[in-house]
Amino acid sequence: MNRKLLAGPYLIWMIGFVLIPLALIFYYGLTDRSGAFTLANIVSIATEEHAKAMWLSLGLSFVSTLICLLLAYPLAMILRSRGMGRTSFIVFIFVLPMWMNFLLRTMAWQTLLEKNGVINGILSALHLPVQSLINTPGAIILGMVYNFLPFMVLPVYNVLCKIDDNTINAARDLGANFWQTLFRIWLPLSLPGIISGITMVFIPALTTFVISNLLGGSKILLIGNVIEQEFNKSGNWNLGSGLSLVLMAFIIISMAILAKYDKTGEGSMF
Amino acid sequence: MNRWKRNLKRIWQDFYLVMIMVFLYAPIATMMVLSFNKSKSRTQWGGFTLRWYTEMFSSRNITSALVNTLVIAFLSALIATVIGTAASIAINSMKTVPRTIFMGLANIPMLNAEIVTGISLMLAFIAFGISLGFKTVLISHTTFNIPFVILSVMPKLKQTSRTTYEAAMDLGAGPVYAFFKVVFPDIMPGVLSGFLMAFTMSLDDFIITHFTRGAGFNTLSTLIYSEVRRGIKPSMYALSTVIFVVVLALLLISNFAPKKRQEN
Repeated sequence: MNRKLLAGPYLIWMIGFVLIPLALIFYYGLTDRSGAFTLANIVSIATEEHAKAMWLSLGLSFVSTLICLLLAYPLAMILRSRGMGRTSFIVFIFVLPMWMNFLLRTMAWQTLLEKNGVINGILSALHLPVQSLINTPGAIILGMVYNFLPFMVLPVYNVLCKIDDNTINAARDLGANFWQTLFRIWLPLSLPGIISGITMVFIPALTTFVISNLLGGSKILLIGNVIEQEFNKSGNWNLGSGLSLVLMAFIIISMAILAKYDKTGEGSMF
Repeated sequence: MNRWKRNLKRIWQDFYLVMIMVFLYAPIATMMVLSFNKSKSRTQWGGFTLRWYTEMFSSRNITSALVNTLVIAFLSALIATVIGTAASIAINSMKTVPRTIFMGLANIPMLNAEIVTGISLMLAFIAFGISLGFKTVLISHTTFNIPFVILSVMPKLKQTSRTTYEAAMDLGAGPVYAFFKVVFPDIMPGVLSGFLMAFTMSLDDFIITHFTRGAGFNTLSTLIYSEVRRGIKPSMYALSTVIFVVVLALLLISNFAPKKRQEN
């Protein structure tokens, strides 16, 4: 019996449901409605409306990723310094929200931020002016940080746990202060975890249309919203596919940049 | 002095942990409180009620979406586990070049943006005239689940030695019998964790389901999305409280239950 035949179902499945669908995106993205070859769908990223959505997506996801990293790194360091094992209860507390349904987590922030939501209710009870919190870029960033923070905490924490205490003590003994140890020891050694955390936050944030839809109203369009609308509302599949190709290109570029810093692949989450 | 400094550091650390915890749990706690609120307002407490829970459990939309979610998660994880485990065995016996190609194939749905995977599958189903519904969602979930199974089975498979398998064959076992008696028990933990990971990925998926479900078929995620866009009803808070409690219980059991088997 040839063992390699066992890969048959897998190969057929992946060709049928991964490669052919991807080929179709290329086909639709590079043709117009009549089926003739065109680059118009891809070039349309340069139109004002689409370019604005793309820049906004890049900007918001960049800021969210940065905030996630700044929040998660000290958290992971504290958790490590408390000598908590990988399965300890307190670590569990910080990754638990990750397992809660993504839409419910976003809905929770909608409840808090809405015009007559909880935060404004508290403000007006204190006789403070009501703020318009929802439908702002800030609300979207908040939603992204809230949803994706555990994806940053977990890989960073896993990598920090692998760092030998003796390395840190050696640096201290040789007279390094806190900042020197941070930049010369902690950060270089935890780079694989940071890279994997960045990937796991930046890419879903860049491509999301749910968070911007629920927390940004219909006024703030990210590139994900534009693509989703082309398929579910406007019905222009060619344009939607063309923009998807552009989005894929951006993802591949950012992954290639990140991969340069993570040669070992140690920081994977699972 | 040094001790005082250390105490101060500890207080700061505790403060930071508590702040993050508040950030993570305040929204969930708010939803839990509101799920028992008699008043529909989000800012006024109108008294305790279980009305939203009864409303939720009697809603046919919610119960059918729940059943759909569980059936899809179970079936897609099962199919993915069978296909993925078989593929892992085959890939493990391959030479470097085909192995890289086959593993690379598994990486495509893992690395690609979910929105692109969802759209590409939708285009394919429509192009081949498959009407969107239960089976297209099942196929899509299986597709993104297979790589998770391969990723968790492959490391276990690499640890097994070929010699025990060959010894079983020398002693007269057929290849299939030898596999299930010798190799399979070794890779079982990987197969199981692959199945569980696939199951949870499927439970949690929204984006790919959104594009491949078609009208009239809902999982919990897509149902919540359409409900929330129309305005949040208190029964949604009841639903999230129930989901949170179930997830909490499941994770507590799986993480902290005494692990007898591993000690043996």
